[in-house]
Amino acid sequence: MAKRTPTAETAETMARKQRDISVSEFFLKNRHLLGFDNPRKALLTTVKEAVDNALDACEEAGIIPEISVDIQQIGPNRFSVAITDNGPGIVRAQIPKIFAKLLYGSKFHRLRMSRGQQGIGISAAGMYGQLTTGRATKILSRTAGAKQAHHIEVQIDTRKNTPTILKDVMIEWRPEFQPTGTDGSPGEQVVSAHGTCVEIEMEAAYFRGARSVEEYLKQCAIVNPHLQLHFRAQLLKKEGTAEEPAPTAGEPATPPAAGSPWTTFFRGVNHLPPPPVEIKPHPHGVELGLLMQMMKDTPARTLRAALSQDFSRVSGKVALDICERAGLDPRANPSRIAHRESEALFKAINETKLMRPPTDCLSPIGEEQLLAGLRKEMTADFLTAVTRPPTVYRGNPFQVEVGLAYVRPGDQADLGADEPARVMRFANRVPLLHMAGACSITKAIAGVNWKSYGLAQPRGSLPTGPVVIMVHMASVWVPFTSESKEAIAHYPEIIREITFGLQECGRQLAVFLHKRRRLAEQDRKRSYIALYIPHLALGLKDILDLSDKDEARVVSSLNDLLERTHLETT
Amino acid sequence: MATKVKKKKTEKEAGGETLKLVDKQEAGQRIVGISRDIHNDIVKKHRKPSMRFPVRALSNVRYDLKRGHFEIRGKMATRTLTYNTVKTFAQSVRLMATTKKDLLDKNDIAGKREIYYNSKSWGECRFDEQPESDTLLDDMEAMLGINREQLGYIPEERGGDVTGPLTVLDQNPVTGETIKINCAKLGSGAWSIPSRVEHLRFESKAALILVIETASLFQRLVHHVFYEKANCILVSMSGVPTRACRRFIRRLADDQKLPVLVFTDGDPYGYCNIYRTLKVGSGQAAHINRYFCVPQARYLGVTPQDIIDYKLEDATHPLEEADIKRAKDALKNDPFIQHHKEWQNTLNQMLKMGVRIEQQAFAKHGLNFVLDHYLPEKLKKKQFLP
Ligand SMILES: Nc1ncnc2c1ncn2[C@@H]1O[C@H](COP(=O)(O)OP(=O)(O)O)[C@@H](O)[C@H]1O
Ligand SMILES: [Mg+2]
Repeated sequence: MAKRTPTAETAETMARKQRDISVSEFFLKNRHLLGFDNPRKALLTTVKEAVDNALDACEEAGIIPEISVDIQQIGPNRFSVAITDNGPGIVRAQIPKIFAKLLYGSKFHRLRMSRGQQGIGISAAGMYGQLTTGRATKILSRTAGAKQAHHIEVQIDTRKNTPTILKDVMIEWRPEFQPTGTDGSPGEQVVSAHGTCVEIEMEAAYFRGARSVEEYLKQCAIVNPHLQLHFRAQLLKKEGTAEEPAPTAGEPATPPAAGSPWTTFFRGVNHLPPPPVEIKPHPHGVELGLLMQMMKDTPARTLRAALSQDFSRVSGKVALDICERAGLDPRANPSRIAHRESEALFKAINETKLMRPPTDCLSPIGEEQLLAGLRKEMTADFLTAVTRPPTVYRGNPFQVEVGLAYVRPGDQADLGADEPARVMRFANRVPLLHMAGACSITKAIAGVNWKSYGLAQPRGSLPTGPVVIMVHMASVWVPFTSESKEAIAHYPEIIREITFGLQECGRQLAVFLHKRRRLAEQDRKRSYIALYIPHLALGLKDILDLSDKDEARVVSSLNDLLERTHLETT
Repeated sequence: MATKVKKKKTEKEAGGETLKLVDKQEAGQRIVGISRDIHNDIVKKHRKPSMRFPVRALSNVRYDLKRGHFEIRGKMATRTLTYNTVKTFAQSVRLMATTKKDLLDKNDIAGKREIYYNSKSWGECRFDEQPESDTLLDDMEAMLGINREQLGYIPEERGGDVTGPLTVLDQNPVTGETIKINCAKLGSGAWSIPSRVEHLRFESKAALILVIETASLFQRLVHHVFYEKANCILVSMSGVPTRACRRFIRRLADDQKLPVLVFTDGDPYGYCNIYRTLKVGSGQAAHINRYFCVPQARYLGVTPQDIIDYKLEDATHPLEEADIKRAKDALKNDPFIQHHKEWQNTLNQMLKMGVRIEQQAFAKHGLNFVLDHYLPEKLKKKQFLP
């Protein structure tokens, strides 16, 4: 069947081409997996990765975050993006690896609720910049108590996945922030003694609206009320058009001449959310490959010790049970567990009943904060929020929160009564803007019967109406569908929890809408009656030769009657 | 108020056969009376006003044998002012106002369609479709106990055609001068019954009135001057007889003391709708049947038995779903049919045979068979249905 080609390969010729593929190279070819598939998305992903890192670093260090995002257009499709934070800073030795080595990070090997996860994010952004502009990533960082700041510029060797340092000097630098009122009036500058600034030059495109940098930052501010965020986008004037460097959509394109070009999303609370607790993995959430890796890496001497020390909810006794079930010696050296044996171990683990993992490791936003965040974003007629109790999927603790806002139809131009509800998705306080169709949250929302809560809903779709639905999933390990962390994978346990949250909010909405509809209906009926009262009076006037005064009395008597008896309008 | 009105009316008619029609002044007073009640409810008693009128349906009539027509029973509908009735309520009051001010007080007339268009100046109170104003006119008739012709409303439909040995004495509407119309001298044409017939007087030497359903058969009888041969007055109804047609036949028959015979298609519609309505009135307009009925009418044909007697089986049509339903409904609900065993037998026979027949079917035996044989034979036999 196969056609013979004159240049048929042999095992030998093929062997000459077979070699290591560096991760950098791999991701260079698969950059869509990381969220760099087009210039517009690349800009958002870069901002997102840097802001996530800054927030994580601040929270871990117990610092109330102050972050600025500064976008500057330097060519028709070339931008410089600088994200500055007041975090703990990064020690010099780590900087090149963090920013110019893929899969290098602190969060992958532990189970704790955090924004970053795989240690790909920020170095991929740097690599994208390098690829599209040839420019290096510039990092300024100052740790607490340091006399000066580091100024380091790095590039990534995409074949070896190693950093190349282009510049490494000490400079005078402190992170500075410019709070700005809604009217553009500049407030007092904030200067921090520590922090980091990462600046990447890249090919990009700047847009407003849904899935824009602004939208991302706005949503970020909603779910992180402790964050103070400053944003500036300085665009080049296009020839013939009046494109102005106006950061906020909806507001006049030109900021007040004397005003600051910055927009500030002010902080709502002055304390950090309780720090999430790190937990050991629960055996039921560990896959075979990871299990083998853990057995190899464990400092424990015996299999029993490894099981009870490296996992949660495994006591010495439970460890013995597992060993017995797997037919393995509890005193065996865990690093010597062979492939066949680890399969038996894996099977035994999953057949053993275990306590559910602890759930105190999660830090939900909370119903109050959710409502406050929504209130900040819109003037809603009705708001409700629910934080579900924590639960578990595949051994991973997680918790779902749902917020729902109903805006009076016509009150807000961007929330049409006939348009699909606006959905805001969040994972570990990070807004998810892309791949809504692939996300568990979207699936759960479409799966709820919104008609029974008073909203229209095309078959199998989102409900329609002036509604904002916000869903947050907090977990030590959010199962994203891809490395770009844009959609939550379809785990039945997760979808069920989201559904419950939505239904709780839906019931509240139904009560509200029902009452509203009843009042509106009553109103409509009353004005309908009022329409005919003068006609009745006029008819009687004609027949009985009433005076104008008598006619007016008929009208007022009928109005009284309507007030008193409602004439069956209720 | 409406109940009181009705009682008075009944007393007045209890004894005599002659009908005294309500004059315009009295009609106006009834409208004022009803409106005053409504006004008092609103302004003095501070309660929801309401209107009461007899239910207009077959279920609210009984067949009054002595008077020979459908008489309304006591069931009253009440329209109380609520959200659901407010529009009709206001429309009814405005309709009464127009009737009094523009028709009764000014001695004017209006068609149903004109009054529908007239309402277009009433703003949100206007009628959107003519059936709405027609219904309220019927309600008003029932509520006042006065037929709408007396209020000044003229029917739009044609009243029917007349030919034969009859002289109608009409008046010039302007000068009042008497006009004589000799219905035997109209050649191949006919005289049209006007919408108002109360003022007509008659002179006739005819022996009977023959009322015919279809215009085409009427034409054939006129063409062959059948009325001379049979010495009868021919009336064409063209379907269910209009009020004017019924009233005309009634007045003519009363005045000249003539028997009335009816010749329709042989089907449930011809029996239960056309003939029944002519003779005893309808369920819908039961409140005014006393004026619009012809109790002396008898049914000539076509009967199911005629189909057999005249060997017309192959000139019939099978009964349709609607025919069967109509016949069964009449057997079950129509007080007139229920009163007459002969009619029940006739309908049952028809249902059993499963066929209906048209007046024209006699053409099977020759175009003029109907006037040469059928009608003379039936008139001679004198076996009519009640
Ligand atoms: N702004 C920052 N301040 C302090 N530490 C940082 C900052 N950005 C990154 N880091 C450190 O670098 C690590 C790697 O970041 P990254 O490549 O984005 O992976 P991840 O966020 O998934 O861990 C982080 O885990 C964190 O320890
Ligand atoms: Mg990160």
